[in-house]
Amino acid sequence: MLKTRIIPCLDVADGRVVKGVNFVDLIDAGDPVESAKAYDAAGADELCFLDIHATHENRGTMFDLATRTAEQCFMPLTIGGGVRTPEDVRDLLLAGADKVSFNSAAVADPDVVARAADRFGSQCIVVAIDAKTVSPGKWEIFTHGGRRETGIDAVEFAKTVVAKGAGEILLTSMDRDGTRAGFNLPLTRAISDAVSVPVIASGGVGNLDHLVEGVTEGGASAVLAASIFHFGDYTIREAKEHMAAAGIPMRLS
Amino acid sequence: MLTVLIDYDSGNLHSAEKAFQRMAAEVGGGEVIVTDRPDDVARADRIVLPGDGAFPACREALMARDGLFEAIREGAVERAKPFMGICVGMQMMATVGREYRDTDGFGWVAGEVVKITPSDASLKVPHMGWNNLVLEAQHPVLEGVETGDHAYFVHSYHMVVEQSSSRLAHVDYGGDVTAIVATQNMIGLQFHPEKSQEAGLRMIANFLTWKP
Repeated sequence: MLKTRIIPCLDVADGRVVKGVNFVDLIDAGDPVESAKAYDAAGADELCFLDIHATHENRGTMFDLATRTAEQCFMPLTIGGGVRTPEDVRDLLLAGADKVSFNSAAVADPDVVARAADRFGSQCIVVAIDAKTVSPGKWEIFTHGGRRETGIDAVEFAKTVVAKGAGEILLTSMDRDGTRAGFNLPLTRAISDAVSVPVIASGGVGNLDHLVEGVTEGGASAVLAASIFHFGDYTIREAKEHMAAAGIPMRLS
Repeated sequence: MLTVLIDYDSGNLHSAEKAFQRMAAEVGGGEVIVTDRPDDVARADRIVLPGDGAFPACREALMARDGLFEAIREGAVERAKPFMGICVGMQMMATVGREYRDTDGFGWVAGEVVKITPSDASLKVPHMGWNNLVLEAQHPVLEGVETGDHAYFVHSYHMVVEQSSSRLAHVDYGGDVTAIVATQNMIGLQFHPEKSQEAGLRMIANFLTWKP
């Protein structure tokens, strides 16, 4: 049986983790590779690096990170942030990423998803959707870290990018991100029901019940969280055991 | 001892290279290189064919390289060197692939590669993530691997074999999905051993010391 995935996400800027990971035993809590190794050992199902101020100048640091992580962690790695073209995808895949995530570039031109998926396969193309509630039961895409409104309906956009070849949707609820109030469940459910590909729920996790709800009520195939793991509130193991106890199939071994 | 990972511009070979190199160092498996040169393949002792993307595109990319497939075929079929196919590299071992259109496989394992159709409509395709293996037969490459061990999958198509004896393992995803096939000196893994942590690394180590 396929297991629900737990994906810790590390925000990276200039090659350093933005929110330090509060694990014991880490020699350098700001080194993303150290954190990745710790999460690998802790039983995380995948890892995600998000380059939060990706610029042309600092792209080299992300390639280096991908390379060093792939040398030491034999688990799937997704990288996002500043990905604009199929060449960007290729560079990250060659550096060591397993999946690459488009965000703003897919909103500006959904066909970039098709060009990348045709070339590298849908299995490695993720589209990150940042959505906000605009009225009950209606969500729109926001870009640039949630600052720029686009007027694009989130559910329609999800269907569009999946039709173009996205293999997975990373859905972040911008009204919940950072609140620790739990996922936006109606949004997660609406997107999950609308597309055939896996949806990763993100944004707002404050406790382990939130992870459970993302799956049971939101219909997500995977849950992504940052703070609750980085700050040591819960371990990956505790999260998995809690979800398993709620009847969700998890990889515990 | 030389193991070659075939590079034909299909996906990420970096992690596969690192995983094979690490296990080769542990078990005395010799040198591991990534190459697209037929002469490297000809002098190799073991051949690994990865593959990401669509079946027809992978086959086309492989065949577009002068002499590369011929060298693989000669090594794997005529000289019976240990061969491992991974993901689409495994799928191409079949007789035919049905993705987008019918595309000939290598014909090394009698079977066809068809879309996964879970009986439960709520199950998503691609089949993406960790699933537990159900072993159907023993094999030197599976030594130390048990039913229940998890492997990491990302795929929308899978191989349906003609002879059940050529399938070594499956997973359950609203029905059986083929996970491992084998015949003589060849083994094919639908999942990514280089991404499957402990169980995956063990299979790589076993392959590097396998003497069919």
